[in-house]
Amino acid sequence: MIPEYLMPFIKAFLYILLAPVVGGLIAGIDRRVTARMQGRVGPPLLQPFYDLAKLFEKENLVVTASQNFFVLSYLVFMAVAGALFFSGGDMLLVIFAFTLSHIFLVLGAYASYSPYSHVGAERELLQIISYEPMIILTAVGMYMVTRSFFVSTIVTSNIPIILYLPGVFIGYLIVLTIKLRKSPFDLSTSHHAHQELVKGVTTDFGGPNLGKIEIAHWYEYVFLLGVVWLFFAWNPLIAIVAIIIAYFIEILIDNTFARVKWQLMLRSAWIIAGTLGLVNLGVLYYLRMVVP
Amino acid sequence: MLVGRKDSERKAIVQISAVAIGIVSLLVLIFGYDKGTLIFSVNPEPVSQIMFFIELVLAGYILYLGIRHRKLLTVFLILFQACLLLYFELGFSRNLHIGNNLFLDQFSLIMALIAGIIGSLICVYAVGYMETYHDHHKEIRDRRSLFFGILFIFISAMFGLVFSNNLLWVFFFWEITTICSFLLIGYSQSEEATNNSFLALSMNLLGGVAFMAALIYLAIVDPTGQLLGLNYLLSSGKAVALVPAVLICFAGITKAALMPFSSWLVGAMVAPTPVSALLHSSTMVKAGVYIIIRFAPVLSGTTEGLIIALVGGTTFALASFIAISQNNAKKVLAYSTIANLGLIVACAGVGTYNLMWVAILLLIFHAIAKSLMFLCVGTVEHRIGSRNIEDMGGLIVRMPKIAIMMFIGMAGMFLAPFGMVISKWAAIEAFIMAPVGLIFIAILAFGGSATVFFWSKWMGKIISVMRDQPVIEDTIKKEKWAVLYILTGLVVIVCLIFPLISSILIEPFVLNIYGQTTRLSQANLSIMLMMLCLLMIMPLSLLFYRKGTKYAPPYMAGRPVEGHMRFAGSMGVSRELELSNYYMTSLFGEERLFMVGTSLCWALLLFAGILLVGVIL
Amino acid sequence: MTYLKKSPWLLHYDASSCNGCDIEVLASLTPLYDIERFGIINTGNPKHADIFLVTGGVNVQNKQVLINTYEQIPEPKVVIAIGICATSGGIYRECYNILGGIDKIIPVDVYVPGCAARPESIIDGVVTALGILEQKRLAMKTKTETKMVKAGDAR
Repeated sequence: MIPEYLMPFIKAFLYILLAPVVGGLIAGIDRRVTARMQGRVGPPLLQPFYDLAKLFEKENLVVTASQNFFVLSYLVFMAVAGALFFSGGDMLLVIFAFTLSHIFLVLGAYASYSPYSHVGAERELLQIISYEPMIILTAVGMYMVTRSFFVSTIVTSNIPIILYLPGVFIGYLIVLTIKLRKSPFDLSTSHHAHQELVKGVTTDFGGPNLGKIEIAHWYEYVFLLGVVWLFFAWNPLIAIVAIIIAYFIEILIDNTFARVKWQLMLRSAWIIAGTLGLVNLGVLYYLRMVVP
Repeated sequence: MLVGRKDSERKAIVQISAVAIGIVSLLVLIFGYDKGTLIFSVNPEPVSQIMFFIELVLAGYILYLGIRHRKLLTVFLILFQACLLLYFELGFSRNLHIGNNLFLDQFSLIMALIAGIIGSLICVYAVGYMETYHDHHKEIRDRRSLFFGILFIFISAMFGLVFSNNLLWVFFFWEITTICSFLLIGYSQSEEATNNSFLALSMNLLGGVAFMAALIYLAIVDPTGQLLGLNYLLSSGKAVALVPAVLICFAGITKAALMPFSSWLVGAMVAPTPVSALLHSSTMVKAGVYIIIRFAPVLSGTTEGLIIALVGGTTFALASFIAISQNNAKKVLAYSTIANLGLIVACAGVGTYNLMWVAILLLIFHAIAKSLMFLCVGTVEHRIGSRNIEDMGGLIVRMPKIAIMMFIGMAGMFLAPFGMVISKWAAIEAFIMAPVGLIFIAILAFGGSATVFFWSKWMGKIISVMRDQPVIEDTIKKEKWAVLYILTGLVVIVCLIFPLISSILIEPFVLNIYGQTTRLSQANLSIMLMMLCLLMIMPLSLLFYRKGTKYAPPYMAGRPVEGHMRFAGSMGVSRELELSNYYMTSLFGEERLFMVGTSLCWALLLFAGILLVGVIL
Repeated sequence: MTYLKKSPWLLHYDASSCNGCDIEVLASLTPLYDIERFGIINTGNPKHADIFLVTGGVNVQNKQVLINTYEQIPEPKVVIAIGICATSGGIYRECYNILGGIDKIIPVDVYVPGCAARPESIIDGVVTALGILEQKRLAMKTKTETKMVKAGDAR
């Protein structure tokens, strides 16, 4: 059989190969369900892949050469962070690696020095700082329940994490809306037909660069839903159902709410999600000290 | 130093001394790193008398200046401190016999390295900087000989501080650094500079009073003076050491400019940039946290320690928020420094063994990265004539090498896999195992996000590519380039070799004190190393895209873009575009948050004071 | 076989149109016709677009804007002139400010006459453009291949 020490590498490799496929399918399902909700037929399931292939057939049009570097770094570090997660690494390091990759996207938008990209970049930064505390609290919560930051331990634990971390889970769902760029939190850039600021962060990226950004988004989808899995890791069947329901709720929220201003996004992420998460963790903490 | 009047003489003296100090520091490292704690018995007598005499002279000098400039608070504080000093000397010093006055352990080594290497580098940089400074500011009196003299006195004082075991000597060097800071802040002798220097002096004197009170307490408790030896004090248990520990940590808080005493550091930014880099980010304020880290084993597990940690944590969160709303580059750096010092103190106040490890790691990384940032900002300021971040747009075109160095410095402050993130990561993992750690994790999460915001904002401003800009960095002198290159290299190298530093210096130190130590796991270390290498290789990709890339102007709704940021508006008028960052002053404004921070921290300190009085009685 | 046919993204620009054709273009995007089921998306950004739908005869002020926007669309691209104003100036042809038809400014691949052009004609025009787009893409590919072969020969 395969030796133990090779497993993480194999898992990472599989993630790097398969995550874009899975992510693209999720994106396709997303568009189909959204279309049905809007009373339309919607594109075929494989449409995101056609979009991607088309983007790579276009010529590489940039405003400045450094954009190529920033987008490539964004993609590479996104893949690295996700691979780290799926190979069972330290959750906090995964979070910081994700932040690193997002900063590259922001820098790529700043590099072009155009008004739409600039405001998009500022808003993207606001989104990053909106969800980061909550995600850290999620990781901390998982530690408090399973006594480990390592995904490999959390995934194989038999404890029903969701029962201990309901507040954290709801908080995570709130910031999931921000991370998936769904209304009402799609300030910096959004799916097509939801435009504001033209395309916000991705305005001045064309052709292959836009394609790379799409692939990076797909890597991210798989990671984000993987975190939802962690909450239900003790029972894989329930986990899959939970992921489906959670994503469906996200699509529903996307189609029913209008975009909000950044102040509301920052406040709701920090105050609501933060309070939910901290109260949950505080209760856990207290229980752990009183009930050893 | 005070003698060399001509520029070239001065330059030579500075460079030789700097190299000498650097080499000596390294020699000390090589000699001392595996020796554990070495204690040197030196006869205190003539030295202590001289110190006392110098302290009185300095007190008189400050009194004179305070009266001349009509600064009541300073006058009051210096008189109070002088009285305490006299009381101590006359009342107790006859009976004190302290043998072990100097010592060397891994932590002193680290501090000495920082002071020696970074300090010397900054002095070399300062030569070129001050020349341009006086060119630009002809109205300021040229007192450069005094300037450099004080810089070197300061570095010596830092060495003295970290090598002294005798708390009286520590106090002496402590006060010397205060005076150096006072004189250097007021260098330009403008009204603002003078006011800020007195503000700094008053706050540091307040800390000095607390330090003196601690010394008197110790002399009362043990008239033979044994407890005035640091190593003895630390090992004599919490019951004895708590009161002086808290008082000395209060002095450390004032020196490290934590809230509620942060205004002096922000005000000190009027000083020439080498002063800010040396004193107010890498060394003097580090002396404040140094002493708090020393007392961490005493503070750990106590309520007072927790309060001190909360003061640090609150400072971290609030200073990071305030930094978001600042557009003056040096003020952003000042608030970031204050925030990071707060984080170090938060780790030290809770004081478990892994938190002490984190605190020392933070100290090292911050000293290097921040000094690099200050020096770069100083250079940029001289070239573009402004400290405003908004004027630094397109720096990568105008000053490419400096912009890249700033990029690395900023990355060192908040990006994985660089140092500060490693420390923050270790801090979260350490806090979670400590009692009441949850508050600190929340502070780290929210404050950490704030730091991501303001650093990325600034980074974005620098790397935005503006077209048709002249390159203005060719006039920078060679010595400055050398210093900047070395510091940038250090940022990267220290990140690469920090496991080595950890195992050689930090872990034995922590092991010695707590009996157990910690480190990052092997797997994580390899991953971080891989990320760092990846990060260094990635810019090579820029070479691949040379061909086949077509350039187009940015999308401005189809408006033709002419040259740099001018576009053809309606009616054929050419308009200029200005892009500025979000400062969000309504949410993160300095005044509001400052009030919050100051009140919270005063409340915490008063609480600690009340507890302390309870302990004494 | 290129993927441009499967996922053509539109950019719609109103070059001094009376908005009649614009409304018809937007009507094609509504659920009644739902061109998203062919993968067509209306982006607002030239850098993301493949098909440039222009309505209206161009006037003096948006002539430069039209050129600017056209240049910011990456190759391969097609231009469709919707409505008779875009083809030749329509009923505004004699006006002092109308330059008359966008093919005076940028190269046009498909003309969809009509006043206003009906959604069915517009969709028909887009489908024709897709074929042209595919040819352009293949031409682009062979051009780069010839370039590489030539470089190989030169060695």
